[in-house]
Order: sequence, then structure tokens, then C-alpha cells
Amino acid sequence: MCPAERLAPDPAQAAATAMARHRHDPLELLQVLREVQEDCGWIPPEAIDCIQARLTLPRSKILGVATFYSFLHLKPCGRYRILFSDNITDRMLGSPALLERLCRNLWAERGKVTEDGLVSVDTTSCTGLCDQGPALLVNGRPITRLTERRVDELCDLVRNEVPLDAWPADFFRVEDDIHRRDALLGTSWAPGAALAAALARGPEALVEEMKASRLRGRGGAGFPAGLKWQACRDAPGKARYLVCNADEGEPGNFKDRVLLSTAADAVIEGMTLAAFATGAWRGFIYLRGEYRFLLGHLESVLARRRGAGLLGESILGREGFDFDVRIHVGAGAYVCGEESALIESLEGKRGTPRNRPPYPVTHGYLGEPTVVNNAETLAASCLVALKGGAWYAGLGTAESTGTKLVCVSGDCEKPGIYEYPFGVEIRQVLADCGARLTQAVQVSGPSGACVPAAEFGRRLAFEDLPTAGALMVFNERRDLFEVARNFVHFFAHESCGFCTPCRVGTSLLANMMDKLANGHGSPYDFAEIERMNLLLQSMSHCGLGHSACNPVLGTIAKFRPAYQRRLAHEEFEPAFDLDRALAAARQMTGRDDPAAHVPTENEEPA
Amino acid sequence: MSDTFTLDGRPIAFAPGQTILQAAVAAGAYIPHLCFHPDFKPHGSCKVCTVKVGGRHSASCTTQAVAGAVVESDTPEINAERRALVQMLFVEGNHFCPSCEKSGDCKLQATAYDLGVMSPHFDHFFPDRPLDASHPAVLLDFNRCILCSLCVRASRDVDRKNVFALSGRGIRTRLIVNSRTGRLADTDFAATDKAAHVCPVGVILPKGRGFDTPIGRRVFDARPISARADATAEIASSDAARE
Ligand SMILES: Cc1cc2nc3c(=O)[nH]c(=O)nc-3n(C[C@H](O)[C@H](O)[C@H](O)COP(=O)(O)O)c2cc1C
Ligand code: SF4
Ligand code: SF4
Ligand code: FES
Repeated sequence: MCPAERLAPDPAQAAATAMARHRHDPLELLQVLREVQEDCGWIPPEAIDCIQARLTLPRSKILGVATFYSFLHLKPCGRYRILFSDNITDRMLGSPALLERLCRNLWAERGKVTEDGLVSVDTTSCTGLCDQGPALLVNGRPITRLTERRVDELCDLVRNEVPLDAWPADFFRVEDDIHRRDALLGTSWAPGAALAAALARGPEALVEEMKASRLRGRGGAGFPAGLKWQACRDAPGKARYLVCNADEGEPGNFKDRVLLSTAADAVIEGMTLAAFATGAWRGFIYLRGEYRFLLGHLESVLARRRGAGLLGESILGREGFDFDVRIHVGAGAYVCGEESALIESLEGKRGTPRNRPPYPVTHGYLGEPTVVNNAETLAASCLVALKGGAWYAGLGTAESTGTKLVCVSGDCEKPGIYEYPFGVEIRQVLADCGARLTQAVQVSGPSGACVPAAEFGRRLAFEDLPTAGALMVFNERRDLFEVARNFVHFFAHESCGFCTPCRVGTSLLANMMDKLANGHGSPYDFAEIERMNLLLQSMSHCGLGHSACNPVLGTIAKFRPAYQRRLAHEEFEPAFDLDRALAAARQMTGRDDPAAHVPTENEEPA
Repeated sequence: MSDTFTLDGRPIAFAPGQTILQAAVAAGAYIPHLCFHPDFKPHGSCKVCTVKVGGRHSASCTTQAVAGAVVESDTPEINAERRALVQMLFVEGNHFCPSCEKSGDCKLQATAYDLGVMSPHFDHFFPDRPLDASHPAVLLDFNRCILCSLCVRASRDVDRKNVFALSGRGIRTRLIVNSRTGRLADTDFAATDKAAHVCPVGVILPKGRGFDTPIGRRVFDARPISARADATAEIASSDAARE
């Protein structure tokens, strides 16, 4: 019997099927490419020939899109494509050693396809499974809680070419890990109840309740949701659109994953509320590629809601209230969480952030008024519809009403989701999750803030520490320089490449951090890093570039010794290192003896 | 009467809908820029045109002009930032000006001179970017591409051909051409295309007339780029004259 992964589907057929599934709509180019990738394991030129001909798109455009997203490949990959999550929390749980072990077991080399075409192994940005890492993706499906044993078992399955569907189900188990529920996760309602309450009041009144609730966007920026809905409602346009942002690319964040898995009804009901308020006729869930495994579940919830009259035409019997939702699956690009890049991606293009203004509320999807809201914002809007804006505004703090899902990972006993009213102290979160001897926490992911122990009295709230949800815990043993270095590499990997400062600057910054890590740093490099930080902040085109320097600035300011330790030299030290440059030659000759090395003055004792 | 804003204290008139850089270029005032060309929709990617409006940084080519705005451009702080951007563009590609056919006509080189760039400053990336000499009339030397997208816009919006596109992401972003082989000769590109005449650097070069205009008599040899706010138009016309 030929295992499933072995069957090489006909690329032309795969392309034709994918295009038919998407009504031969050129706007769906990314979805078509993603499905060809899924079927064939890569995107063969013959598939592109078909797409080019049938969708009448320039080949250069198709290639431009295909090369933008990390999960799409124009060269053959292994029949098993293994990607280790490279977030700092996965690393702290031992993922680098596990990756090496897997490569050794399978005679594989990181970043390359094995000669028999069996397997390719590499790393990928945070997979949103930080509470149950180390994690990896195999042909797009997540495997959690990796151990040496699990890696060895996995290698056997790969070697014997066992199809993924026959792998132990436990490998693919993804837990919700909810440890604290509050207003949102603690309230349940019959699907449609929030919508019925809103319909009874009318769209204007719903917008007023939303404004009264002072619910702010949960995607990070904190824009008042009611005002956004109002602006979209008031904007002139031929059609209106609504987008649920479930791209959740910020390392350390995984609450949208949990919401979509445990409370998909709430998220979709929130979308329907927003559609009622704004007049949108079509909604999209932008689901990050890493969460592809949730697609079946979400499609079934959508189907159930259509059946119950909660989506589709004349929703809940209200004449003229027509709204339906499509799921758009991403393909590995953090920048697509930025709302205008997200819209570009929805339109089947490269995920490059647009020039703003104009903003999506007036010129969004296809140039029409569009609301982009985070999945949690939308879910929370159900509580406003059910219980009223005044009730909601009574939760949390003055500037940050309501509750927040906090995603705890790193050095603690109980990583997972904790829902708190806004204003909770870091100290409280640490006590609840069983964190001990904590040195620092990273709030809101790499683009957020690094908070040292002396400041654990600070609060999660827009008034103090704004957060999209991530809270990564680092105990006393952790090296915060390595944390910052991991984050800087993340930004360099995810820069879209549109603007000069971020495209070049994030890579230069990553190289500078590597230079320090390699023991070649001097105060000169320190000054250079600080200069680069300022440049990124002032000149970049979008939030990615603006915040790419945050991890370094934050740790330099608060953990200077972690950097100082790296400054082996008093003066300038060139980045070029003869011994390191010879590494390729050593690998080719299979030598690693002392004579194959050039001595350097500051040999690090192992 | 049209509205005005001030650029380093000098009043600049603008028409509704114009961006700061568009108005400045029309008024003959110089703000350094690379990815902007008056014939095309502003793109906003190089960021060399960044100015401060009311104290905040923004790209002047994409920022709408507003009556009464106070725009700072020629300040030591902003020029230092621009210098760093230009240096980034140099180290990102492979630029050996002395042997480049575009030397003296190149906006990157001219802008660097004008801003007082004395060295590349950053470590070079030395990317591997093979040339494409397949086309009978035009050579592509990708080593010098600054990813400004002008050829992409010209081919798409004027020539209606989509010969050029950006591919890849981040530091691995590259210019590609529209053919299955990846070679220019296999596209419908023609030397008479608008896209053949917009490259601000030495990527898209006409074959068979190398160094026709001797070094020393090229556009920026006589006067620095800042003394020619209309330099973009001028390079294009000098290019056309050399056809
Ligand atoms: C680089 C970058 C990545 C982002 N990623 C996300 C994301 O994954 N999810 C999200 O909801 N918002 C993300 N945002 C914020 C969005 O641009 C936008 O503000 C948000 O989706 C609006 O929804 P909200 O008002 O409900 O928060 C990102 C922003 C930037 C600059
Ligand atoms: S800041 Fe970075 S991610 Fe944002 S547009 Fe510029 S290159 Fe792209
Ligand atoms: S080839 Fe020239 S015009 Fe085209 S993107 Fe590169 S630098 Fe710009
Ligand atoms: S000229 Fe404005 S960003 Fe390039």
C-alpha cells in the first residue's frame, strides 16, 4: 500500500480543484495557492501555469504572492515537512536540542530536504502553543508537548512513512488550558441570544451601547470598538465588510486560538452583531495558517449557525439583515495581523501594509468601509449586547473596561489562559500561575514591554501596561539578552520588506545582536544598536518596524548587565570572525579538531 | 488662491489632494527622495523623503499637504536619519560605483553625495543576485536594485504589461520578471517601455551604449541633486535623449 504522503497528486488537477472551490475568483489567489501547497506539498510550476491561465493573472504576481508567505514553497519540500516553533518559550522548554535530535535520527540537515525527499526540517515563528510546548508543525498540523521520547516515536513514524492520519491522536492534542474564567469565559448564553437582544434594540442603539461600554480593541492598539463601528456605519460606500482578526502572530499569544476552539459561537455572534450595527453583508475570519487545524471545527459552527437562522439571509427573521462569514486561512506571515496588510492578504496579494490614512473603516476591503476587530473584541461585544454598555463599563478600570484574556507561558507551573478584569497586577498573575523566582515578564509579546521584578506591582491596563494578551515569564536563570535576541530575529524574519528602515534595519539589528552573542561586542556596537532603534521607531512604515526595537530598548534599559557581560572588548571589534567563517569548510571536511580552528583571544570556556 | 504650508520656513502652495512632496517638487523645492517619481502614484517605501510635520516623522511623498502645516526637512537630525537609510540601501545590495554605467546619473549615488555619506557604515550583506543579460536590448543588474518599485509601477500602470514584480519577503525581497524561465528575454518587455526609463539606479540599462556620455558630463556631475528639484524628470529626459 502506498501511504497517503507518497501519492503525488497531479499539480494541474490540484490547481483546478482549488480554483473551482474558490469560484475562480482571482481575489482568492492566496487560498488557491495554499490549497495546492497542502495537496502537493509544494507549488509546482505546472500548477502555476494553470492558475496563470485560468485566473488570468501575471505570473510575476503569482510568484510575488507565493514567495511572501512562509508556508508556501516553490521548490519541493520533504514529504514530511517539520517546523519547530522557535519562540523563546519553546526554546526554554528545550526545542533546540529536540530539533537536533530529530535531525540526527533522520539524517536530516536543518533547512534542507533529505536526499530521498522524505523529510525537511526547519524552524518557524511562534505557533501559538506556548502553554503546551515545545511544539512543531508537521505538514501544517501541530504536535504539542514534545519530549525526547515523542521525537523518537515521530522519527519512526516518518521513517516508515506512516500517513499522518494514522499517527497517535495524542500527538495532535491541543488543550485549551483555561485556568481562570471571568465575565467572558464564565458567561454562557444560547447561540443567538445576544443577537436577539441587539435586534430588539436596533442598530443605532447597539452602537450606542457599544460606545457606552467603552470596550477597547483587544488586538493591542485599544481603539474604542463602538467608535470604529460608528465610523464604518457612517462611511459612504457601496458595500461594507467585517473582518475578525484571528491572525494572532504575536509570539506568546494564544487566546484567539482558545476562543475559536472553545467559544467560536461567541466570536461569530460578535461578528454578526458588528454586521448588524454597521450594515456589513460579508464577514471574514482571517485565521492564521498555524491554526489551520481549527478550520473544520469553525466551518461546522458556521454551518450550524446558518441552519439556525443566525447567518445567511434574513437573520432571525429580520427582513434585509443578510450576513455570512468566510474563512480565509493565512500562510505564515506575522505582518498580516496588521489590519491593512491583512486586507491586502484577503484580496489575494502580498501582505504589505497600506499607506494610512485612509483607514480601513472608510477604505478597507476592495476600497469599501471595513471594520477589522480582534476575535476577543468581537466575543466581548456579545456581553455588551446581552447585559448593556453600562454594565460592561463597570468591569475593569476607568480607561480599560471589561476583562482580558491573558496568555501565560514560560517559567511557571500552570501556563494557559487566565481571564482577569483589566487592572490586575502582574504579581497577582504570577501568584495564580505558580511562577517562582521570577526575574521578569514580557507583556504583550516581543512588541510589548519587558517588566522587571521591581515593577510587578504594575497593572495590565491601557493606563499602565497595555497588552494583546501574552505574558511570558522568565525566572532568575534566564538570560534576558537571549530573550531579546530571539525577539529581534523574529522581527527580522517577519519584516515584510516594504520599507527600507525595517527591511534592512531589522536584519542589521539581528546581526548586531549575534555579534554580541558571539563575544565580539564592544561599546561601539551598543551605541549602534541604540541608534538603529531610534531609526526604526521614527522611519518605519508600520507597527512592526516601530516596535522591532522594543525588546532591545527595554532590556538595555532594565537589564544592562545582561548586555555588559557581552562586551568583551574595550573598543571597536569587527563583525568578521575568521574562525566562524571557516565553519563551512570544517563542516565540508568533517573536521572539528583544534587544528581546524583559528584561535581567538577570548575563547569562551564551554 | 491656493493654500500653503511651510517647508523649512518657505511657503509652498499646493492643490487639493497633493502630497507634501508632490507640492514641493512642483514648486521646485528639494526634499530627498528615491521611490517617488512625479509620473506615478506615490509609494512610500524608501522613506528617504521623511520629514517632520508638526514634530512627527512622516513620509512626505504620501502625506497629504495641509494648509498651515509646518514641515521640517533640511535639519541635521533628519539628514542624519536619511544618511543611515541611504547607507542601508548601499549595504543591502552590491554597489561598486566606479564600474557602474549609471554613475553620475544615479539618484542613489547623488543623494548619498548630497547627504555627505562618506562610507557604507554598516556591514555589507553581499547578497547573491545574478545578472540577467538575456534581453537583446536591455541588461538587468539586480545587484543595484533598491526595490523602489518604480519599474513595477511603470510596467503595470503605463505599459500595461506587468513585466516586473517584487517577490520574497524582508531582507530577501527581490525584483523578478514575468516569465516562466525568470528571464527578461522571455517577457514582452521592450526597450521603448516606460519601465525601461524609470530606474533611479543602475539596474535597467540599455545595451550597446555603455559610457556614451563620459563620466564628468552626467546629470549630477555638474550640480548636486539638491540643486535640481526636477532631477527626476531630467534623468528621464536625458535617458530618452540617449535612446
Ligand atoms: C505587525 C502587527 C501585527 C498585528 N497583529 C495582530 C493580530 O495578530 N491580531 C490582532 O487582532 N491585531 C493585530 N494587530 C493590530 C491590528 O492592526 C488592528 O489594530 C486590530 O486588529 C484591530 O482590532 P481591535 O480594535 O479589535 O483590537 C497587529 C498590528 C501590527 C502593527
Ligand atoms: S515596518 Fe517592516 S513590516 Fe512594516 S511596512 Fe516596513 S518593512 Fe514592512
Ligand atoms: S530595478 Fe530599478 S526601478 Fe525597479 S525596483 Fe529596482 S531600483 Fe527600482
Ligand atoms: S520617496 Fe517617499 S518614501 Fe520613497
